[in-house]
Amino acid sequence: MRCDEVTALLPALVDGEPVGFEAERHVETCLRCQAELARYRRLLRTLSLLRSRYVVPTPGLLADTLAVITEATEYGARRTLLSGRRLAYAGAIGGSALAAGATAVVLIARSRKRALSLAG
Amino acid sequence: MDEGELVGAARGGDRQAFDELVRRTFVDTFTLARRLTGNEEDARDVVQDAYLRAWKGIGKFRGDAAFSTWLYRITANAASSSVQRRRRHRAEPFADDFEPADAAAEQSVSQGAESAEALDRISAALDDLPAKLRTVVVLKDVYGMSHEAIAEELGISVSAAKVRLHRARRKLRDLLYEEGVQANAV
Repeated sequence: MRCDEVTALLPALVDGEPVGFEAERHVETCLRCQAELARYRRLLRTLSLLRSRYVVPTPGLLADTLAVITEATEYGARRTLLSGRRLAYAGAIGGSALAAGATAVVLIARSRKRALSLAG
Repeated sequence: MDEGELVGAARGGDRQAFDELVRRTFVDTFTLARRLTGNEEDARDVVQDAYLRAWKGIGKFRGDAAFSTWLYRITANAASSSVQRRRRHRAEPFADDFEPADAAAEQSVSQGAESAEALDRISAALDDLPAKLRTVVVLKDVYGMSHEAIAEELGISVSAAKVRLHRARRKLRDLLYEEGVQANAV
């Protein structure tokens, strides 16, 4: 294998991922590719050190973040309340309609009964 | 109260307990958001979005992993959404091209990778990466997340996550080291 072919595999090899026997054997015998692999190892080591290097947040951002959560929670609560009221209104309207329907059915039944008794 | 107790209280709807968790993890989360987005402005939005999602979803947090790990995943997801939103509005910052290698960066990293200057250089190089590549390399090589977790949070396959990671490493290597391997040698 040629160095340029092996170089493309080094970002995977640096994690210990299998990249094929030929490529691995090439690295074992090629000083240039070994140096390149060492660069990737150094790169990974440096990247891992960034984990404990903190970036200072913008002043006031913590307070703003807590305020955003409060606002969203209150908005959610208002919406829940509104939807609850909507449900109550819909229930009341539905109940009234049902009661009116039942009354109508009773009235019709009575009038029919009366008509039948008069006819009989 | 320790973190476990705070999480338990927050899961029960205790807002003060959740606020304390926010205070304890804020710098870490902001740092991750800053590294994922590459700029302060987006990091601010991402961190607020992440904590809002965390508050809404705390009831579903089972405690299998540490709270900070769970929060990393939420932050990664929020950053990914932010990138997608930006891509819809702006095209240019997410092109795969970036500035060529910086000789000073190469010198700094090759002479002593652990120096503060080298860390500054590598941070700057990360900021110069396209967002898609930066996200994967930050989550894997800086925060040690698994390929599987990264793939899940970004909504991509594990193999796609690996391809992005390898591309990101190559680009970082190109950006930080002046000399590459000569083609056709050996």
